[in-house]
Amino acid sequence: MTELLLGTRKGLFALDGEPGGRFEVTARAFAGEPVEYALRDPRTGRVLASVTSAFYGPKLWYADDPAGEWQQAQGVELPEGGDAALERIWTIALGEDEQTVYAGGDPGVLFQSRDGGASWELNRGLWEHPTRDAWQPGGGGLCLHSIATWPGHPDRLAVAVSAAGVWLTEDGGATWQRGNEGLVANYLPDDPPEGEIGLCVHRLHRARDRPERMFLQFHGGVYRSDDAGQRWTSIADGLPSDFGFPLALDPADPDSAYVIPLTADTDRVTPDSRVRVYETRDAGASWTARGNGLPQEQAYLTILREAFDWTGEAAALELYFGATSGDVFGSPDAGASWSEVATRLPPVLSVAATR
Amino acid sequence: MPVVRLRGPLKRLAGDLAEHPIEGSDVLELLRELERAHPALDGWILDERGLIRRHINVFVNGERGGGETAVEAEDRIDVLPAISGG
Repeated sequence: MTELLLGTRKGLFALDGEPGGRFEVTARAFAGEPVEYALRDPRTGRVLASVTSAFYGPKLWYADDPAGEWQQAQGVELPEGGDAALERIWTIALGEDEQTVYAGGDPGVLFQSRDGGASWELNRGLWEHPTRDAWQPGGGGLCLHSIATWPGHPDRLAVAVSAAGVWLTEDGGATWQRGNEGLVANYLPDDPPEGEIGLCVHRLHRARDRPERMFLQFHGGVYRSDDAGQRWTSIADGLPSDFGFPLALDPADPDSAYVIPLTADTDRVTPDSRVRVYETRDAGASWTARGNGLPQEQAYLTILREAFDWTGEAAALELYFGATSGDVFGSPDAGASWSEVATRLPPVLSVAATR
Repeated sequence: MPVVRLRGPLKRLAGDLAEHPIEGSDVLELLRELERAHPALDGWILDERGLIRRHINVFVNGERGGGETAVEAEDRIDVLPAISGG
């Protein structure tokens, strides 16, 4: 049985099902509230959810059962008395140390929990970074949306901020360095100043078995790094569009990546009115369209950055993505075939799969 | 003493009490004192800057007020979510 936790504009939906089939909604929580992201921590079984009430602001919650009682996590806030307020928590990621969990949000902030998500602390190294005054928000705000841990090395971390680029730490977040060399922004002048920070990264993932390799979906561009994010190489050739938001990997294959291109930044729907996931198995040298079972006509879907996830690996890799149309699709066989997992849900903001 | 009146989740977080007599001279002072008395409310009405959240409305004796609105002994202060959303 696979569990999907879907963050939607109208609450958290938990679905259960078998790969390749339709899933059933087993629980709904935070009805009516935008749930940006939710995941289950397989180490503890705990479910964590990020909820932004239009009235009461952003909060992190946790529960053992999505249909059960939720507790509000403590410490998810900016320093009191400053001139900024926390706008939203965009993502949650599991750390390498047992009980460590990270959360990223707007305005470009990282939080860390050492007790499985009950209490949190702001990462001061990033919050007080001397370049912060130059950080500019993207269309969705100044969102820290991607957190890439390094297997076996809890002090090494990469995070991505829209639109403040990639940031790398090797000392557990005490200090941070830029990781932007090679990223080309087509919305900036041809000769941006050295050290330009206004880079709109849309999604970032690290290859589990070759952790110095990362893949990145940019605001116009798809990139690969083989040196832990110091330098980036374009791998967008062969895609119908280099614009998109989400990204997925097969953990068993460091040469693998999946993207879901959208037409352009000015037209954020699937190209040619059909839905196709693009897969590479050679680190981006070539891409193969995977559309078997996906809508191939009159389909204008938008898939957001956190609405694409996977569980399993290799031939048993399961892939799932949700669209703002409220449709969710899944593949039980690493993208070779797809089917509808759920339909007629609220706009899907995020997908997290566990088996 | 002015009385702050809460409904819904704010009431639940404030000990499930709808009415809170609090000493203070303006709305912000009352809300800060309310948070101190009920720490579970921290961050729900005021953000980290100490400002009333954008979609929370405060009424003093039925009239729209703000953080700096002065209050007097017999005043009633309603804290309500705004009409918004989609």
